[in-house]
Amino acid sequence: MFTLKLKRIVVIAALALVMRAGASFAETPHLGKPIDEAAIANWDISILPDGTGLPKGSGTPAQGASIFAEKCSACHGDNGKGGGPANALVSDAKIAGISAANKTIKNFWGYSTTIFDFIRRAMPFTQPRSLSDDEVYALTAYILAENKLIGATDVMNAETLPKVKMPARDNFIIRFPDRI
Amino acid sequence: MDKSADRNAGKRDVRRQDLPIVAGNGLIDRRALLGRGAILAGAMGAGIAPSAAGAEPLADDPWSLEMGEPTPPYQVRSKFEAKVVRTLSNPNNEPRNAHARTPHHLLEGTTTPNGLHFTINHGGVPTIDPDKHRLVIHGLVKQPLEFSLESLSRYPLVSRMSFLECGGNSAPMFSPEPMQETVQALHGLVSCAEWTGVKLSTLLEETGIDPKAKWLVAEGADSPHLSRSVPMKKALDDAMIALYQNGERLMPGNGYPMRLLLPGYEGNMNVKFLRRLKLVEQPAMSMYETRTYSPILPDGKAYRFYFLQEVKSFITSPSHGMALKGPGLYEISGIAYSGTGPIEKVMVSADGGKSWAAAALQEPVLSKAFTRFRLPWRWDGGPATLQSRAWDEAGNVQPTRAEFVAVRGELTKPPPVLGFANQHYNSITSWGVGSSGEVKHVYA
Repeated sequence: MFTLKLKRIVVIAALALVMRAGASFAETPHLGKPIDEAAIANWDISILPDGTGLPKGSGTPAQGASIFAEKCSACHGDNGKGGGPANALVSDAKIAGISAANKTIKNFWGYSTTIFDFIRRAMPFTQPRSLSDDEVYALTAYILAENKLIGATDVMNAETLPKVKMPARDNFIIRFPDRI
Repeated sequence: MDKSADRNAGKRDVRRQDLPIVAGNGLIDRRALLGRGAILAGAMGAGIAPSAAGAEPLADDPWSLEMGEPTPPYQVRSKFEAKVVRTLSNPNNEPRNAHARTPHHLLEGTTTPNGLHFTINHGGVPTIDPDKHRLVIHGLVKQPLEFSLESLSRYPLVSRMSFLECGGNSAPMFSPEPMQETVQALHGLVSCAEWTGVKLSTLLEETGIDPKAKWLVAEGADSPHLSRSVPMKKALDDAMIALYQNGERLMPGNGYPMRLLLPGYEGNMNVKFLRRLKLVEQPAMSMYETRTYSPILPDGKAYRFYFLQEVKSFITSPSHGMALKGPGLYEISGIAYSGTGPIEKVMVSADGGKSWAAAALQEPVLSKAFTRFRLPWRWDGGPATLQSRAWDEAGNVQPTRAEFVAVRGELTKPPPVLGFANQHYNSITSWGVGSSGEVKHVYA
């Protein structure tokens, strides 16, 4: 009698365990607070290579030149040609050898959107997020024009920037395709 | 059982010439370490028996004769250990990145103490108020959600050991000649800790996933808003939002109050100070993924999305900068790890790769974590070249330097030791022992 009862308890407990396992997805604590994209907008600075996420605004190389002289050249050198503590941004050097020192925007960066994205999220080094979107477009245009990747009067905006074809676009080999 | 024969066997074993040598230049069977410690200890004392005559009588030292220091609420190590520190690339916090390297030659076991875990920060270490920090998950989800540290701490937590390695660790070994640097300078940008946190897949269950999502873009709350793209495949596998490091909250330099942990994947992808995860259809091609961590190959092309920290090992003792104090028995000790899974075996050579012996692996051998290997070695006082080579359970083998260079190339001249001339270096490291006992970095 006792044994039967025990068996029944074991079966019920086992059933309960199975049901819990089956329903486990629904049993997470649900402590996340719903938030809408509008509230995230100020943080949402992701730019995709097809231009998704690029904000309104625009800038030209000429506008960028004066901003660059004021806010960037101290580290990146006059006209972005290096000589300061940070990397040169303008160079015609070709890749010769495996050293990362060979990498330039012109010979290595695959997407123009990466320039906009990085400036907007991280530059100037000691005052990130202090530039307006127009200023970021202007600086991007300036760097592209100095590298002769766009014309000296080309306007960069959400439509034109992703269309700039970077010379290194097809220079890459995906290392482990099965991990993507 | 013939007890006298057994006793005689024991006697034979303690004689120097009978230690089970299994590979050239004095490598001893690893089983001499396992359960046969007494034999090894006996052997170490064999040879010239030291005389006890004239030994100083033992006296009590002052600390045995007075009450000690008060017990602190948060204890720190002995002041005599003050030299065991990380080496810094940017101690004055100039506006550039800052690295701190783990002193592997001064540590043992498999867990890196929190104060010695390597860090690289790209805009200083932010001071984040944990009560104000938020993690947002949005993009291609059914319901964007915002999490506080307090709310995440109430989720079912998981703990796992995991190594973390900078994709640029060991970069000085791209040098065409062996740089005379310690294991800390060469390999100090890898560490291993127990991480505790919430599985990312649990949170993604709550937000829901739009089937179009193939990547997520992770972003930190630090000043560069460091950002990396991560395949959803990894996010739903073993990715974690880590909240604890070796049982306590994360160190500030390791991402306090929360970081992304992607076991086995290059350090930079394990985004610290994590504040945002956006699910997207395509990778963002961020600066760090398309420039910094895309290594150039000898033909001028470059790898992208390397992700994996491949199978690797190195001997931490003896290692460059140490000096052996005369011929005799030493223990070779080192660490092995693979981003693919558990270590299967580690072979050690004392003759530059001519012959090899299997090292003892310290249990537990865990997936994507440090495995400590050890092997007894009798140094006869002559030149020796020590190497270790690791295999992982997936069948990957650590390449020799020649094999590695044949595929990945090398630099034309020695680089600055703190630089990152290239990434994802994992060949065998060789330590040359000279007749004087001095240990130097060599290529073999």
